[in-house]
Amino acid sequence: MDIVLQQLVNGLTLGSVYGLIAVGYTMVYGIIGMINFAHGDVYMVSAYITAIVLALLSFFGIHSFPVVILFTLLLTIIITGVYGWTIERVAYRPLRNSTRLAPLISAIGMSLILQNYVQIAQGARSQGVPTLLDGTLRMHIGDGYVQLTYMKVFILVAAFSGMGILTYIIQKTTLGRMCRATQQDRKMASILGINTDRIISYVFVIGAAMAALAGVLITLDYGSFDFFVGFVIGVKAFTAAVLGGIGSLPGAMLGGVILGLAESLFSGLVNTDYKDVFAFGLLVTILIFRPSGLLGKPAVEKV
Amino acid sequence: MSNVASEKMLEFKDVDVFYGPIQALRQVSMHINKGEIVSLIGSNGAGKSTLLMSIFGQPRASAGQIIYCGQEITKKSAHFVASNGIAQSPEGRRVFPDMTVEENLLMGTIPIGMAHADEDIQHMFNLFPRLKERRNQRSSTMSGGEQQMLAIARALMSRPRLLLLDEPSLGLAPIIVKQIFSILKDVSGTGMTIFLVEQNANHALKLSDRGYVMVNGQIRMTGTGQELLVNPEVRDAYLGGH
Ligand SMILES: Nc1ncnc2c1ncn2[C@@H]1O[C@H](COP(=O)(O)OP(=O)(O)OP(=O)(O)O)[C@@H](O)[C@H]1O
Ligand SMILES: [Mg+2]
Repeated sequence: MDIVLQQLVNGLTLGSVYGLIAVGYTMVYGIIGMINFAHGDVYMVSAYITAIVLALLSFFGIHSFPVVILFTLLLTIIITGVYGWTIERVAYRPLRNSTRLAPLISAIGMSLILQNYVQIAQGARSQGVPTLLDGTLRMHIGDGYVQLTYMKVFILVAAFSGMGILTYIIQKTTLGRMCRATQQDRKMASILGINTDRIISYVFVIGAAMAALAGVLITLDYGSFDFFVGFVIGVKAFTAAVLGGIGSLPGAMLGGVILGLAESLFSGLVNTDYKDVFAFGLLVTILIFRPSGLLGKPAVEKV
Repeated sequence: MSNVASEKMLEFKDVDVFYGPIQALRQVSMHINKGEIVSLIGSNGAGKSTLLMSIFGQPRASAGQIIYCGQEITKKSAHFVASNGIAQSPEGRRVFPDMTVEENLLMGTIPIGMAHADEDIQHMFNLFPRLKERRNQRSSTMSGGEQQMLAIARALMSRPRLLLLDEPSLGLAPIIVKQIFSILKDVSGTGMTIFLVEQNANHALKLSDRGYVMVNGQIRMTGTGQELLVNPEVRDAYLGGH
């Protein structure tokens, strides 16, 4: 029983981070109907930015955890957002009215550029950041217990807050309504006075910002990373987005959490080596019964 | 109308529009004066919707000029045009399917901001009580006629100087059509300029100060609403009268 609970908690943590990254895939897909293949690398870049910001803060003698975490989150999110904006400008906007395949290829190109640029600038070896938050929270349940490092508690809180804030922005604010309008009918949105190119840029920035939040959290927790970390987690997050129904924001979050839970439960209860097989098996099974994902809408041809 | 200074609000000068190789507008010249109600009639495929959309550059005119309040807007972006006071209830309604009625109305406020939003939404609910009942319903689940009302209300929400309506009576019950035309008359009384595309030529011309008849992408005829109403050619082709 303990192990199930423990793995549920672990899975929720992992899944919340998948959800954060999946948001970027799903929003970009929703608004331009294309997969941003460079998104995993945006995540990877944010890991490096996290390390650089941490080094700078430490250089200036700032060590208090709340201050460090606040600055790291803020700066990493902003700088990674600029990367998201640039990717849209360079790889997508010039190809807005071309064939659907062209931006797909330019996005793969962008992904390669980012990986190689980071490799050249930062070296190919894996890097690390120091532990910021020590200690473990232990909750007794019956005669057993569930334990969670403080860092994981922080991840849970930060990730769900991030998703909560984003949901609020998309559902309740003018910016969010403009995003949804552009997603649902771009031409009509422009006729109503929305600068749809700008909204598409914002969506890339939002996606990158969410990936950056995930990047900071995972990097602080895990400690080490290299220029290739974006790949696996990108594939996982993409899987989460498809699982939840690509294009659907709550779907991406739900997909992330389900994927995280499935992975953790399977590796805790059955076998660690085959957890990815199980996760993808789950995806296939769900897609057989719900081809458009859990919360996705049946595909309609975009005009 | 004699009491309206005939200052041009919108003018087309020799405008050509193409869809790929297909020419949809040929040398179209027409204008709408400030405060007027002008209607455009013509058979299916004549190019009426194309003319309305070309004001927003979608599709863009390949030759000629479109001038709005003295400024050339031929090459301006759609959002620029909208921000300067032109609103359209387009062909096919194009309400945002996954938004509620209220959210759709709010989308109309983009050019002017939210300052009057509550007041204007109440006003729209008074004009179209049906929308009030459905305010939290997703618009894709509304009937065609309800969506039509929503599209018109959404256009009105931006308090436009020039209101473009593409077949506002389409799919509406006769009693509602009557209401809509009386609403148009009212808003026109507040100084709004209205440009109307209609299949329902009888209604439209009765309401209009002037009208244009379009055939195969060209303006074939123009005159006051009354003149066109009694014109035998117009009667035969568009009023079903003999
Ligand atoms: N996207 C498009 N691509 C190619 N041709 C188009 C396109 N849209 C319209 N056309 C063509 O342009 C011409 C004018 O179309 P338009 O929609 O402006 O007509 P309309 O007068 O509004 O007709 P209706 O009364 O049926 O709405 C038609 O021949 C139509 O087939
Ligand atoms: Mg039409």
